[in-house]
Amino acid sequence: MAEQQVHMRLWRGDAKGGEFRDYRIGVGEGMVVLDVIHAIQAQQANDLAVRWNCKAGKCGSCSAEVNGKPRLMCMTRMNTFKPGETITISPMRAFPIIRDLVTDVSYNFRKAEEIPAFKPKPKEADGTRRMFQEDIDRVQEFHKCIECFLCQNVCHVIRDHDDNKPAFAGPRFFVRLASLEMHPLDSNDRMELIQQKAGLGYCNITKCCTEVCPEHIHITDNAIIPLKERLVDEFYDPVRRLFRVFAGK
Amino acid sequence: MAEEKYETHEYDVIVIGAGGAGLRAAVEASAQGVKTALVCKSLLGKAHTVMAEGGIAAAMGNVYPEDNWKVHFRDTMRGGKLLSNWRMAQIHAQESPDRVLELEEWGALFDRPKDGLILQRDFGGHRYARLAHVGDRTGLEMIRTLQQHAVHKGIDVYMECNLQRLLTDAGKISGAFGYWRESGKFILFKCKAVVLATGGGGKAWKVTSNSWEYTGDGVTMAADVGADLMDMEFMQFHPTGMVWPPSVRGILVTEGVRGDGGTLKNTKGERFMFNYIPEFFKVETAETEKEADAWYEDKKNRRTPDLLPRDEVARAINSEVKAGRGTEHGGVFLDIASRRSADYIQRRLPSMYHQFKELADVDITKEAMEVGPTCHYAMGGVRVDADTTAATVPGLFAAGEVAAGLHGANRLGGNSLSDLLVFGRRAGLYAAEYCKALKGALAVNTDQVNAFAREMLAPFESKGSENPYTIHADLQECMQDLVGIIRVESELKKALEIIQQLKQRTRNVKIEGNRQYNPGWHLALDLHSLLGFSEAATLAAIERKESRGGHTRDDYPNTDAKFAKVNVVVRKKNGEFALSQEPLPEMPDELKALLEEKK
Repeated sequence: MAEQQVHMRLWRGDAKGGEFRDYRIGVGEGMVVLDVIHAIQAQQANDLAVRWNCKAGKCGSCSAEVNGKPRLMCMTRMNTFKPGETITISPMRAFPIIRDLVTDVSYNFRKAEEIPAFKPKPKEADGTRRMFQEDIDRVQEFHKCIECFLCQNVCHVIRDHDDNKPAFAGPRFFVRLASLEMHPLDSNDRMELIQQKAGLGYCNITKCCTEVCPEHIHITDNAIIPLKERLVDEFYDPVRRLFRVFAGK
Repeated sequence: MAEEKYETHEYDVIVIGAGGAGLRAAVEASAQGVKTALVCKSLLGKAHTVMAEGGIAAAMGNVYPEDNWKVHFRDTMRGGKLLSNWRMAQIHAQESPDRVLELEEWGALFDRPKDGLILQRDFGGHRYARLAHVGDRTGLEMIRTLQQHAVHKGIDVYMECNLQRLLTDAGKISGAFGYWRESGKFILFKCKAVVLATGGGGKAWKVTSNSWEYTGDGVTMAADVGADLMDMEFMQFHPTGMVWPPSVRGILVTEGVRGDGGTLKNTKGERFMFNYIPEFFKVETAETEKEADAWYEDKKNRRTPDLLPRDEVARAINSEVKAGRGTEHGGVFLDIASRRSADYIQRRLPSMYHQFKELADVDITKEAMEVGPTCHYAMGGVRVDADTTAATVPGLFAAGEVAAGLHGANRLGGNSLSDLLVFGRRAGLYAAEYCKALKGALAVNTDQVNAFAREMLAPFESKGSENPYTIHADLQECMQDLVGIIRVESELKKALEIIQQLKQRTRNVKIEGNRQYNPGWHLALDLHSLLGFSEAATLAAIERKESRGGHTRDDYPNTDAKFAKVNVVVRKKNGEFALSQEPLPEMPDELKALLEEKK
């Protein structure tokens, strides 16, 4: 196939400011957006900053906004665009810019530290741990998360309100919390954290996170809503409430 | 020029690299009570381990009670063409079940069979179904489990921090020096011990499953301070990488496809692997399609030749394509669609399904995949002590792909993840012990540090006009064409010449822009280690005048008994690589007996 020229607009700049710059470059068969970025880097802009590792949708490093849509650049095929269409690539908006397409995602690593660790129950009498596939299927769905942070980026609780960040863990960490809470062996209690510090109540289930998840994890339906139901049972169930009054808790 | 100020940190142990080996080493060193830091080039959780698909080899005997460490030891030794360090192979086979169960204690969730224990899958070269796995994303489960465990242990992590040089004091490790990618500022670690867990150097080849990080840093840093390298001639070309479209060429297709029933076919529809069964594996390999298919149901039958060790399968595919029985894109077919139900394929191989659908418009439940060899893994690396992972420089330890020994001439699939856990833990443990026993203070030579800093900044002030990406691409062409799957002396010597020319050209690299998150500069600095790795690999390939495992010589097509007894060792003397052949350690009789058993 003959190479086609495409018109790319890439955001270039740093924390102080920047602008979109235009690049024209040849595209070969089967190329993804990340290939085009690499070609521009090798031929026209050696210092173009971008994160990537696996180039196969497994590591979640190359997150960006492609024509305004949060995507992994390595999994966005060039043939999904109309011929002649200008393709605009900008960094994730919810995080501070470091340089070009690279953002400061340290918020996510701080949130990860706040979640109490997995704490296993005692082993079976024979010293083994037995679990059944049907009991771990739902948790394995959560373990598919590649930490691309696109769900965090698109979540309007922090995307449009930076000041919410201290009080909100975000969809990625609701998935993590759900994976721990539903782990058949875990014995830690994180309900108070989920209600308070993680700020689950801020989420009003618009499902934006689910839509952008490249691993197709049902973040809202399978993680967030069940956690919200557990919170209701834990803190607002009238019978339990009465019990707490008498137990003095 | 005034010397630039740089930040300095002091630790007992610095672990470089945060894949499976680095994370496990840091967890262990920290648990031993020494002050530990983990330093990595990418964000935490993005290291190469995340891409591992198939599973962790561990003789737990959950599926086949007949399995035990002795069988695993034998499989590993035979897979490595008897060149593996016997003691490492023994420790690895004995300890890997505990390391898998430990991950479960830390929250990992492996796939389960009906009895609720950990399910194990078939893989090439393993006699029994042995790989603990999570669908085809085992590496992700492993790295995330270790990462979360390390975070909760309070280990200091320096992310996107690239260490480039090791420092020594009177021959002992005393520190490491590098830069922050984000700011481009320098950073110095003063320490008593360094654990290298930096992976391999597969990014020196063009068709590769390796990411930008795989530039041979650990191998070059170790060689630069005088440590021995070993087995550098053995590179694993994984038989099944994607071949089409061109932009995805090299991306890995898990061996689990064949483990779960997929077979290789040429364009005539023949299952050609039956024509490539070597004498060495004849006794244990099925001769007919019927026998091979029966093996999937009952392991009393002999195994399918589709699951011969990777070196055999990669060479076979190479030969089929050369003989004109390959696809128009230079691959062969890997067919699971006609052999297993769509439901089974999607459940067992979800990320393969996803990868082909998204990147190649191929539905693997309906059509065959097109596959061909891709540069995947370095069997060779830093020479280490089998028990302690200590390199030949005091204070230096190495674990995982950067270390040599366990895999000999060829690694079996699944033995890498277990290697990371077993020897990662040992590296952390013995590095901590070394620190505790170390007497006297260590110094860092600031003149040397300043000289490194000047060297690293030179590309900004260069009067030349070389583009680092062009030099890298030229190196990849050279290694792909001249130091590939099939090698010959004249081409290897030509490769050496080109590597020397490329070294000269790196002096003229010119970097545009500033130091802040500048990938052009990062690559310019990584060229040093890419070229060091490539040179050592090429020199060792010239030295081994025979064909064995991941090293095939067209001019010496057979194995040679003389070379069966030696490792090729490479070390730097006065700044130049020197070679020697050193005898393999003597194996105890009881282990020899295990190898001699038939089948």
